[in-house]
Amino acid sequence: MGHQRRLRVKTLFMVSAMVVCATIGDLLLKRGMMRIGAVELTPSGLLRAFHLTLASGTIWLAIFFLIGFMLTNMTVLSWADYSYVMPASAFGYAVVTFVGMVVLGESVTPRRWFGVALICLGVVLVGQTKPRTTKLAGAPAR
Amino acid sequence: MIRFLIVLVIFVMCGAAGEITVTHGMKKVGEPARLRPHPVLVFLGRAFCSGWFWMGVPLMALSFYLLMVLLSWAPISLVIPASALSYVVGTLGAKYILKEEISGLRWAGVLLVCAGVAIVAAG
Repeated sequence: MGHQRRLRVKTLFMVSAMVVCATIGDLLLKRGMMRIGAVELTPSGLLRAFHLTLASGTIWLAIFFLIGFMLTNMTVLSWADYSYVMPASAFGYAVVTFVGMVVLGESVTPRRWFGVALICLGVVLVGQTKPRTTKLAGAPAR
Repeated sequence: MIRFLIVLVIFVMCGAAGEITVTHGMKKVGEPARLRPHPVLVFLGRAFCSGWFWMGVPLMALSFYLLMVLLSWAPISLVIPASALSYVVGTLGAKYILKEEISGLRWAGVLLVCAGVAIVAAG
């Protein structure tokens, strides 16, 4: 496998991992917060919500996946362009729309589908460019 | 309205500045030698010791706080689509600060993603 192709495969793999972690994390966070219910914006309400949040396994699982998102994001940015990773990770919006429709049974408006189509087309265009256009400054971490 | 626009600009700038700072830090640290647990853990250990990383995190935290402020002033269907501007600002930062080459194809992709996110977020 050529260097450029290996770089592209490695980058797309990590961006996919980012999108999966962010999507699962967001969905679990939403589910966990829905179980907790509407948070009252008073000191006692916030304290109660904080205790319920700490006691929620779903929210801890969401935090685990969101930390996974942060770590994969940091790792991929060590070699790939920010201007490549940032738009490519917007594919998460498309994934969330599909998951929302299939898993949660949400209805999706035609306008939203149009937005998803634009995102997918944009990600495909960005994916055609070189993942790295700068020289690496640091030595590889072994 | 002017107050909203000023905070929106600061929010977008802080978010982009934070992410560009972290990206610069990660490039300074250098990529993991291999995508295996040990080299990646060594990389992350070095990344968390990077001053650039710890400069970027407060900027991103400030950006998140400003997002909360904006959401308290305006409907989410206005705030989130407007925040899609961060794709354009981030790309400009990548070009002029990180010195990344932004080809016409990449610009086209970024602009489509920006428009798509704005439409999806508007619901």
